[in-house]
Amino acid sequence: MTATSQEIATTAVKKKGGIRWSRVALHFFLFTMALVWLFPLLYALYTSLRPYDDTSKLGYFSIGGAYNLDNYIKAFTDGHLPSYFLNTLIVVVPAVLLTLILASMAAFVLSRFSWRFNLLFLMLFTAGNLLPQQVIITPLFRMFLLLPLPSFLSDNGLWYDQYFGVIAIHVAFQLGFCTFVLSNYMKTLPQEMVEAAVVDGASVFQIYRRVIMPLVRPAFAALVVLETTWIYNDFFWALLLMKSGDRMPITSALNNLKGNFFVDNNLIAAGAIIVALPTMIVFFAAQKQFISGLTLGSTKG
Amino acid sequence: MTSDVVEPATPTAPAVGVAAVPKPKGRLRLSRGDKWVLALLLGIPAFVHIFLVWVPTLASVVLSFTSWNGIGGLDRIKFVGIDNYRVLVTTYPPFWPAIEHNLIWLGVFMLIATPIGIFFAVLLDKEIRGTRFYQGALYLPVVLSLAIIGFIAQLFLSTDQGLVNGVLAKVGVAPVDWLGNSSLNLWAVLVFASWRQVGYVMILYLAGLKGVDPTLREAAKVDGATEVQTFFRVIFPVMRPINIVVLVITVIESLRAFDLAYIINRGLNGLELLSVLVTNNIIGEASRIGFGSAIAVILLVVAVGPIIVYLTRTLREETR
Repeated sequence: MTATSQEIATTAVKKKGGIRWSRVALHFFLFTMALVWLFPLLYALYTSLRPYDDTSKLGYFSIGGAYNLDNYIKAFTDGHLPSYFLNTLIVVVPAVLLTLILASMAAFVLSRFSWRFNLLFLMLFTAGNLLPQQVIITPLFRMFLLLPLPSFLSDNGLWYDQYFGVIAIHVAFQLGFCTFVLSNYMKTLPQEMVEAAVVDGASVFQIYRRVIMPLVRPAFAALVVLETTWIYNDFFWALLLMKSGDRMPITSALNNLKGNFFVDNNLIAAGAIIVALPTMIVFFAAQKQFISGLTLGSTKG
Repeated sequence: MTSDVVEPATPTAPAVGVAAVPKPKGRLRLSRGDKWVLALLLGIPAFVHIFLVWVPTLASVVLSFTSWNGIGGLDRIKFVGIDNYRVLVTTYPPFWPAIEHNLIWLGVFMLIATPIGIFFAVLLDKEIRGTRFYQGALYLPVVLSLAIIGFIAQLFLSTDQGLVNGVLAKVGVAPVDWLGNSSLNLWAVLVFASWRQVGYVMILYLAGLKGVDPTLREAAKVDGATEVQTFFRVIFPVMRPINIVVLVITVIESLRAFDLAYIINRGLNGLELLSVLVTNNIIGEASRIGFGSAIAVILLVVAVGPIIVYLTRTLREETR
């Protein structure tokens, strides 16, 4: 059936002489659009390579003058970017790991065992992932000021202004999406494998650890890529739940490159490129995982 | 499932359909220890999620009927009925502008960014050479933090050092205060917000298109339908599940809009948004907890609609 329909399709293509021209036009259009879409980043890159003095003399819409990495050096040293990168790292690594471990636990139960409240829990996780963050920020902010925390996790005894607190809200919020994605994924795994393990006398935990977890690796890879990017990109939670400037993540460090009375756009351009670089590298290295993770969460369910 | 047109469309997922495996759920005999393990496996993540997401959500609703400046203990919270809401709609100046701006944001996303994203997806679905490059370029803004996009917007739009005014100066046009002028800045910001949103919609839609049964397209072609007709009469209707997801995401993203406005001018003077108003009422000296919560509840009420639409989709597949 497919063979015949393919034949029909190919003959239809052959008959039409103009098909090549429409292909050329399509390429031309898409190439132009790709350039338009890349232009803001290319322009930021270009500006970041030019000294401020040259652009103020020649204007920003110009070529010529010197091209060097001075803005990058200045952004790194004056903006203390390395220490902000470290702050981001301190949040991203535990947050991604904890999110995935906890989500896989919940997804395992929800997808593999029939229980009266399965649907309710799945609804809570799914809906929680869709809430605008601002809906919960006010009470959360007050909770973080009231909740105690032992001193090895918090130097002020609270959740507020602590890495712990920011990690916790990332984990709690991202759990919704990851549980939803992973439980959909686990449902596609054949039940026979679990049954075989049960016959062999495996406990529930062994089934989770030894049967299911190895099989969800592709979904895990996709989620690691996605969650790392999202948590790295966060601006909102840290802005509201952190107070100490020296604990802020890299995304808010860009503000420090802005002087009080004077803005140097070339310096900001360099800062923006530096901060954007890790996510762009992740994207180019793992484009497939990135996209499959996103579509895993949307097309199913 | 009502139709099998939209496949899981996930390159990583095994090809086993959900429906193909009859699940003998609950047939396992569980020991007491196993039951404890199960309870912990679900209980720990559920507790974390409920404690930090749903408890604050409910607290927002409760606090919205109270007055509290955050100083002193919880016993200083005073119940004031619907006062906060009354003040909000009658005397709080930035409220109605914020509503208007959120609606404009939604409108631009829905009528401009989303159709462009769908259009790109349809073009990229043709599997021409270089698709990976085009797709990567169009999608790249999505991996950027909105904070960075805010700074990139400033590179283009700032009055003295922006590229746009630099170009205008060459043709003799006086500099425009794109980000400071309250009747221009929202639109200027939306250009950059859409720059990102288009790629997001494109990827979601492309995944859906990959799952459309190719024989549908061929049948339409045999019947002599043009490409435009095929899309609107055949493809678009069978893409209904994806259309709903895109619609839900568009609404939610418009409600979440925050970072760009905050980076550019802290959401003042033309960039008021509900999300910024919420945070403005808790940051700073005089926090108005109850009042801020009332604005949050309005966000919640608007978000509930799309969330329910999304859940009913999930539910339908779940109980199938």
